[in-house]
Amino acid sequence: MANHSLAFEKPIVELENKLQELRAFSEAQNIDVSAELVELEKKISETKRNIFQNLTPWDEVQLARHPQRPYTLDYVEAMCTDFIELHGDRHYADDQAMVGGFARLDNEPVMILGTQKGRDVKSNVARNFGMAYPEGYRKALRLMKLAAKHACPILTLIDTAGAFPGIGGEERHVAEAIAVNLRELFLLPVPIIVTIIGEGGSGGALGIGVGDRILILEHSYYSVISPEGCAAILWKDRAFASQAATALKLTSKDLFKAGLVDEIVPEPLGGAHTDPKAMAATLKQRLLTNLRELKAVPADVLLRQRYDKFRAMGVFETEAVGG
Amino acid sequence: MRLFDRKKYTSIKVRKKDLPSGLWVKCPDCNEIVYKHEIDEGKGVCPKCAFHFQISSQERLALLINADTFQEWDADLASADPLQFTGQVSYAAKLVENRKKSALKDAVLCGQGQMGPFTVALGIMNFNFLGGSMGSVVGEKITRLFERALADRLPVIIVCATGGARMYEGLFSLMQMAKTSAAVARHGQAGLPFISVLTHPSTAGVMASFATLGDIIMAEPKALIGFAGPRVIKETTREDIPKGFQRSEFVLKHGLIDMIVQRKDMTSTLICLLGYMTPSAEANAQRPTPNAERPM
Repeated sequence: MANHSLAFEKPIVELENKLQELRAFSEAQNIDVSAELVELEKKISETKRNIFQNLTPWDEVQLARHPQRPYTLDYVEAMCTDFIELHGDRHYADDQAMVGGFARLDNEPVMILGTQKGRDVKSNVARNFGMAYPEGYRKALRLMKLAAKHACPILTLIDTAGAFPGIGGEERHVAEAIAVNLRELFLLPVPIIVTIIGEGGSGGALGIGVGDRILILEHSYYSVISPEGCAAILWKDRAFASQAATALKLTSKDLFKAGLVDEIVPEPLGGAHTDPKAMAATLKQRLLTNLRELKAVPADVLLRQRYDKFRAMGVFETEAVGG
Repeated sequence: MRLFDRKKYTSIKVRKKDLPSGLWVKCPDCNEIVYKHEIDEGKGVCPKCAFHFQISSQERLALLINADTFQEWDADLASADPLQFTGQVSYAAKLVENRKKSALKDAVLCGQGQMGPFTVALGIMNFNFLGGSMGSVVGEKITRLFERALADRLPVIIVCATGGARMYEGLFSLMQMAKTSAAVARHGQAGLPFISVLTHPSTAGVMASFATLGDIIMAEPKALIGFAGPRVIKETTREDIPKGFQRSEFVLKHGLIDMIVQRKDMTSTLICLLGYMTPSAEANAQRPTPNAERPM
């Protein structure tokens, strides 16, 4: 697919194009420009650092939605071996916006599953832009229960704008599908590690988002509502999405500070899409470290800690009655 | 009535503010202007079309719980502003406004009371407080309701009225969905009953958590029940919304709820159901234990 760049990525892209031109020129003319090349590369990384140190929350949302960002199956392919994809909810359909199956992570058996976006029009039609229907959540639960039956740890990867809002989804009760997942995930006696790899869109994300560890890639977001949805309600205008993104405190750093995620997984400078291999390698290491720690925890302790973890989430005041 | 919507003659538009406040109410379902006194007499039900209006938490309490038996729990919990949320209006200002408007501290009232012969743990959500939205306080109170009911071995009944998770508390609100569902799981594992009562409207995040996890789910007539709002669905899919979509009658037909119950029959229906689901001592003393009585 054609290279796609976000508005704030433009200065980087321009410099990178220049670098390529210079290289091509030097090769064609057989002129040594190595000093200039070094200079230009330095300038590129400086520009990158500058831009990426000053990202607004709205920029982060754009990065999380970057059309070249690695998706769930990209990570599965890069991190795992022997992946066997499993299909269907056994009731209605095989929702391709939710994928999953057994795999090995450094030889450790895991059940890995997540929401899956498409790369082009055709695959996005099949994947419904990564927005799952009720059958997607039911398939996810089926796979997670299967994992628990065989004492297999679960890894979920989240990248969705949300559960799909459609008539069919309502008729087949998407609210129930998500709610049942929330309840059941607290009862599965195997380690569950959740990673937000792109968009963490509301209930559709949370439906596979209950676990013992919550990881988030640096330039991902996780929010109760999309910035556009929030802007439409509070500002009566979707054009205020960037203000809403700031108000919602949805970036990885904000969420870590609030204690709502356990770990920020650093991305390569410039974002995961600039070096998907390095990104997958970093994520794999983080997952393995967490997996080792969690596998040492007895199941009853694991379940109690999972309950306590979510039990502690919330901020409120205690006032005198009638005050 | 849609057929005759087109006006062929001049009519005097009666604007809402021209009506003497509080005397007359326009029914949002049948659009008839009805005398408020008549609605109040009928427990908040439209005399023309039986639409069930929202009623206050105190009115709901009076309908469900024996007089003077209610003890409120966690009345002291009040919303903080964890994000320091500022939009067009700040969350802090919204809280002040809604506390004044509703005379409530937040969107749910919890406690224990007598429902006929049964002691129950009861939660009543109120749409009048920030659209019955669930933030940290609602999540915490609902969670404590289930935890205390588990400790005291009580059934839980929750009357829902909600627009979903509370935007102003960001991801904290979303996590209340997980937190409350976890508490439902523990309560249910101990064999205790949970009945969810859906009133108009019951939607979004709350529906995707505890509200849909009831052993029994009942709804008042014509209540809006769903996950995504009709407007969002239309905008996203460009599909025509079917008639009666996401109303109690529609979701009953699609198998999403157990029954539709008129407000006047709510308490007796709940008591009847609890009789099947509550292992209360006096109730069981009357009944032979099936296993012992059955011939081998």
